[in-house]
Amino acid sequence: MGEPAIAIPRLDKAEESAAQSLARARKRRNFKQNNLVGYLFASPWLIGFFLFALIPMAISLGLAFTDYDILGSAHFIGLKNFQRMFFEDPRYLRSVAATFRYVGASVPLRLAFALGVAMLLNAHRRGVFWYRAVYYIPSIIGGSVAVAVMWRQLFGNEGLVNAVLVSLGIPSIGWLGNPQVATWTLILLAVWQFGSPMLIFLAGLRQIPQELYEAAAIDGANGYQKFIRVTLPLLTPVIFFNLIMQIIAGFKVFTQAFIVTNGTGQPLDTNLFYSLYLYNRAFTNFQMGYASAMAWVMLIIVAILTLISFKLSTRWVFYETKEG
Amino acid sequence: MATRDVVLQPTPITDAAALKRQRQFARLRGTVIYHGFVIALGALMIYPVVWLFASSLKAPDEIWTQVNSLIPQQLRLENYVEGWQGFGGVTFATFFKNSFIYAGLGTLFSVTASAVVAYAFARLRFVGRNFWFSVMLLTLMLPTQVLIIPQFIIFKRLDWVNTFLPLLLPRLGGDAFFIFMIVQFIRSIPIDLDEAALIDGADKAGVFFRIILPQITPALVTAAIFSFYWTWEDFLLPLVYLNKPELYTVSVALRTFSDSTGVTNWGAVFAMLGLSLIPVFVIFIFFQRYIVEGIATTGLKG
Repeated sequence: MGEPAIAIPRLDKAEESAAQSLARARKRRNFKQNNLVGYLFASPWLIGFFLFALIPMAISLGLAFTDYDILGSAHFIGLKNFQRMFFEDPRYLRSVAATFRYVGASVPLRLAFALGVAMLLNAHRRGVFWYRAVYYIPSIIGGSVAVAVMWRQLFGNEGLVNAVLVSLGIPSIGWLGNPQVATWTLILLAVWQFGSPMLIFLAGLRQIPQELYEAAAIDGANGYQKFIRVTLPLLTPVIFFNLIMQIIAGFKVFTQAFIVTNGTGQPLDTNLFYSLYLYNRAFTNFQMGYASAMAWVMLIIVAILTLISFKLSTRWVFYETKEG
Repeated sequence: MATRDVVLQPTPITDAAALKRQRQFARLRGTVIYHGFVIALGALMIYPVVWLFASSLKAPDEIWTQVNSLIPQQLRLENYVEGWQGFGGVTFATFFKNSFIYAGLGTLFSVTASAVVAYAFARLRFVGRNFWFSVMLLTLMLPTQVLIIPQFIIFKRLDWVNTFLPLLLPRLGGDAFFIFMIVQFIRSIPIDLDEAALIDGADKAGVFFRIILPQITPALVTAAIFSFYWTWEDFLLPLVYLNKPELYTVSVALRTFSDSTGVTNWGAVFAMLGLSLIPVFVIFIFFQRYIVEGIATTGLKG
């Protein structure tokens, strides 16, 4: 690139241009070859993306404006699906409310728990290896059908939770049937799986320079002040990352709600999470058009929440590099 | 800073030993309280899992009458034999075989493809690389729910419902999360070795197989573990595509097995619930370090 700094013996014009065009040709060939090799290695994902994501998304978008039901043919019905969703389907609105209630309660609780335990495990070094393994166990099995069935039995009328309550002299509660508390069984199941954010917090805590705590101690800060002034600000990027991941994951929750409520989302639709209702519309009632419209609204909701989180993050997320 | 250390209160020599002992005692007490608390909380966390396994060894009537106890009055291993019989003439041998096919092949496909694609994004220069990489990251946000309906319609047209093709074929494109993770990993490897190999006459494929692949094994192991976990517990896709009991994976089978109204043999149900978790625990015991580091360094969700 550019003129060589060292003087080289001059070539005569014809020779020079021949050498240049040869170099250009080689460069072009290299460029072409690089592109070919690059796309060859990237091709599994590219082909998969077109076949299993982009084309299905286009179909899904088209279906959202039809009344397709698998059996008959699809008819274009304009915005009717969206009109039905927002004005004529109270179950849909209840499912949106249920999902927001679930995400709104389970995400902050899970993160608070994860941070608390991470700080607890960060306090002493001995035994941390085993403790974090034990605390992580619920997270590796938590998404399974087995655990969801177990949870249903734990909170059943004759389940372990009620047995413990009764032995403590507290009257038993109809956890799964009482609309006041039914969502809380699923929120507790989510909080129970705080392992992943805990591990991420633990890694983040290790990154905080020890000198900062020493400096704070010299300035006479107590434990609480160290937490508020040192730990929390330096951890904000990690908190933010966890928050985004957990919100997105929260909106997708399906298996647990399906198993615990036998696919119904009962009582009173308080556990009718978005994914569950969408599944029921698509694969129980085969209202593929309506369900596609619901899927797109879900995509937009998740996108908006992510965008809002990013916008708000500039106010409270602290990146060290910015301060120099 | 140093002055503070110097201005220590002068203490009488005789008290020093007592003070030291007192301090040691306080520290010991603190340690005991700390570990006691952490262990108690940990026990509470895994209590339900222990309860599940305890229940799998209890007699059917004992499960709900002695719901508190973690120790069965007598070990009833028959629960496992009875549970294994399954339902509808299909045993759990079939369900486990199906799950191992799905999780095994699915993991093999998606990790292999992810490694190849990650190499392209991390090391090769081609037009549009950054654009495609951003698109790939965006797909991470895409809910499965948006794709599952059109995919189902396509696969139904192809008459692939009640085969493993709809579950396995998309895996050949790799997984955006794993690609991202492996790209990060490759970027942390010094490029000198690549260049040395290129000078020695290796081509890009040679560099991938001989230089990159041996070095990214830890990332591949982590990806394989999580891929296996997620596929093993996957419920939505098998529920949609596999509608015959002889094709059920363990997760779908467990739902039917525990759902059939009027389950009488809860011991057998708990036995199969427990058994379905065993592969997960075995992997966890052997690869704990990979799992923990994988999450801590890449933010993988478990």
